[in-house]
Amino acid sequence: MIDYLLILVGTILVNNFVLVQFLGLCPFMGVSNKLETAMGMSLATTFVLTLSSVCSYLVFEYILIPLDLPWLRTISFILVIAVVVQFTEMVVRKTSPLLYKVLGIFLPLITTNCAVLGVALLNINKDHGFVASLVYGFGAALGFSLVMVLFSAMRERINVADAPRVFQGSALGMITAGLAALAFMGFTGLVQA
Amino acid sequence: MNLITLSSPHHTQSTGVNKVMLQVLMALVPGIVALCLFFSPIYLFNLLIGCSTALAVEALILRLRRCPVAFHLRDLSALVTAVLLVISMPPLIPWWITVLAVSCALLLGKHLYGGLGFNPFNPAMVAFALMIVSFPVPMTTLWLAPNSGLDFASALQIVLGQTLLPDGISSATPLDYYKTQVGRLTATEIYQSELFFGIWPAGWIWVSLAYLVGGLFLLYKKVFSWHAPLGLLVGLAVLALIFGLDPDSNTPLHLHLLAGSAIVGAFFIVTDPVSGATSRLGKFIFGFGVGCLAYVIRTWGSYPDAIAFAVLLMNFAAPFIDHYSKPRTYGHSTRHQGYK
Repeated sequence: MIDYLLILVGTILVNNFVLVQFLGLCPFMGVSNKLETAMGMSLATTFVLTLSSVCSYLVFEYILIPLDLPWLRTISFILVIAVVVQFTEMVVRKTSPLLYKVLGIFLPLITTNCAVLGVALLNINKDHGFVASLVYGFGAALGFSLVMVLFSAMRERINVADAPRVFQGSALGMITAGLAALAFMGFTGLVQA
Repeated sequence: MNLITLSSPHHTQSTGVNKVMLQVLMALVPGIVALCLFFSPIYLFNLLIGCSTALAVEALILRLRRCPVAFHLRDLSALVTAVLLVISMPPLIPWWITVLAVSCALLLGKHLYGGLGFNPFNPAMVAFALMIVSFPVPMTTLWLAPNSGLDFASALQIVLGQTLLPDGISSATPLDYYKTQVGRLTATEIYQSELFFGIWPAGWIWVSLAYLVGGLFLLYKKVFSWHAPLGLLVGLAVLALIFGLDPDSNTPLHLHLLAGSAIVGAFFIVTDPVSGATSRLGKFIFGFGVGCLAYVIRTWGSYPDAIAFAVLLMNFAAPFIDHYSKPRTYGHSTRHQGYK
């Protein structure tokens, strides 16, 4: 139990996928201009990340290992992720057409979110079991959502700041993300990974 | 009959940025005096370097941005940033780190975002965190033990890099010392170190109390409200009480509050009106978060005095807190909150 808690704290704060491992930066910079879209994106990504983390574990453990094809993992994980994203897209389209419209191109782009593939591959590298994969994927998603939502609230504020013109927009967003990463360095050493 | 009608607000006060900043500087004086008395007057030299760098960098940027230089320099905000930064850094820090830190604070923390009033992170804490990450050894080992007997001239030579640091002069801070020793020694043995005076952190306690006096003066002058400082102290104290009940296994409460930068953080850092939260509830949550995070990082993380990182993390969360802690609008019964 305590192991799973440590995985959770580790993935949310200490090795945050966005601000410490620098994975999944495209949606982090692309969809963070408004708090509401960021929340929708976080929910969708949380769903996809957790599900794909478990699915790719199952695929690896029960298909690739028995067939002795572990080198096919990258390509098969991409396939698994694509399927999960397609499934999420259908769910979002039916349940919340507005969110579907707001997320637009970014929903299918979860497929290419490197954090999703990163979690699936890291699960194998770290020899995580079924529950550990689930917790790792969920923790990664929570960490992603946390910084995504906080960052979008902050961007709404800095977008109206009287910054020098060359720094306005994405430039200032990246500098802010850098300073946030600096803040997250404070968690270094909290949990030994 | 001719009545004069005035629109609200009816309460007028001749306050401005420069008056508030001047009061903050005045409130820092007791703390600086205590630092000079109990540690080393070298702080005055560091302050001189820090403040001149601050004025130069500020003037340069204002010129580049074609703002009225003299007008903005007179608001003293750059000086407050520089002073806060210098007093939170070790006394024997090389002069160029001070210059670099103050420049980073003003450039990266303040002017990239548009200057005074727009910075989302506290500039002094941005620079402090950047320095402790970039130069961890000088930032953690160049502290002086209280009453170390190092005279101004030799301290000056160390700061200017003309002589190397003699052995046995620098020491750990009480928080750092307690944290590294607590597994091996009992509390009574730790308190026998020269860093402590009985159970109190010698020297450090007077500095903290001097800051407290300055902070209470600002509170009395209504420069800030009590919510954020109280939040920080409560957050830190509650966790320290829960986990630090046994002084043989964890740092006790009074050291958390008085041996590090908790007091200066509570009264001078989290009360920053720009980078903190806005509403009263928001300010309390902001301060409380800083206190809790500082305790967590101090106890289980690798930075012994974690106020800077805790402040930066909560700065990052402050716009979100604001979003969800909007006060009730006058004339409306229910709170209208955030995300629709």
